[in-house]
Amino acid sequence: MNTVTRAHLAETVYSQVGLSRNESADLLETVLDRMSNALEIGESVKISGFGTFSVRQKGRRIGRNPKTGEEVPILPRRVLVFRPSHVLKAHVNGAQPLPGDDE
Amino acid sequence: MTKSELIAELTAANPHLTGRDVEVIVATIFDEITSALARGDRVELRGFGAFTVKRRNARTGRNPRTGEAVPVDEKAVPFFKAGKELRERVNRGRPARNASAQRVSA
Repeated sequence: MNTVTRAHLAETVYSQVGLSRNESADLLETVLDRMSNALEIGESVKISGFGTFSVRQKGRRIGRNPKTGEEVPILPRRVLVFRPSHVLKAHVNGAQPLPGDDE
Repeated sequence: MTKSELIAELTAANPHLTGRDVEVIVATIFDEITSALARGDRVELRGFGAFTVKRRNARTGRNPRTGEAVPVDEKAVPFFKAGKELRERVNRGRPARNASAQRVSA
């Protein structure tokens, strides 16, 4: 299993869009940054054909240290959840042609 | 925020690019992540998070309406785990600028 990184994604943008390598990398960073900013203020990010990132509020609960069995309170917190779109789920299951023609 | 809002923001921030350019760039990014997952690869974006594919075993499900047992095939599901930095930012969470920012998606 290979791991795709920022560098790979930036390279794909570079080769498919005709921006400079630097600018491609910057654009990718800006995309991630704008998405992060929205999530930080509790806003969902909905990318059609891909999925939805949303922030969920979790209440306080009692957890347990699995090693010692000790009870530890888990404070209320906000967590990020990603719900894949049916299009993405289908691709992952090889049910559909690769992207480029969907949505 | 929707994909088109994201594209609009990026276009405003990059006056030398057309909306169409930005649209292609954004589509390229998400399509490439999708292709990687379709190949069974993982996509790791430090500080943001990692996309992986998880296998789910076949199981016997139930039609909730009729109670009837239905076989559910083995399948793969896309999974996202937020990176440390993003997770902390979300949890710290600046107050929303307005009420609509608080909406919770379906």
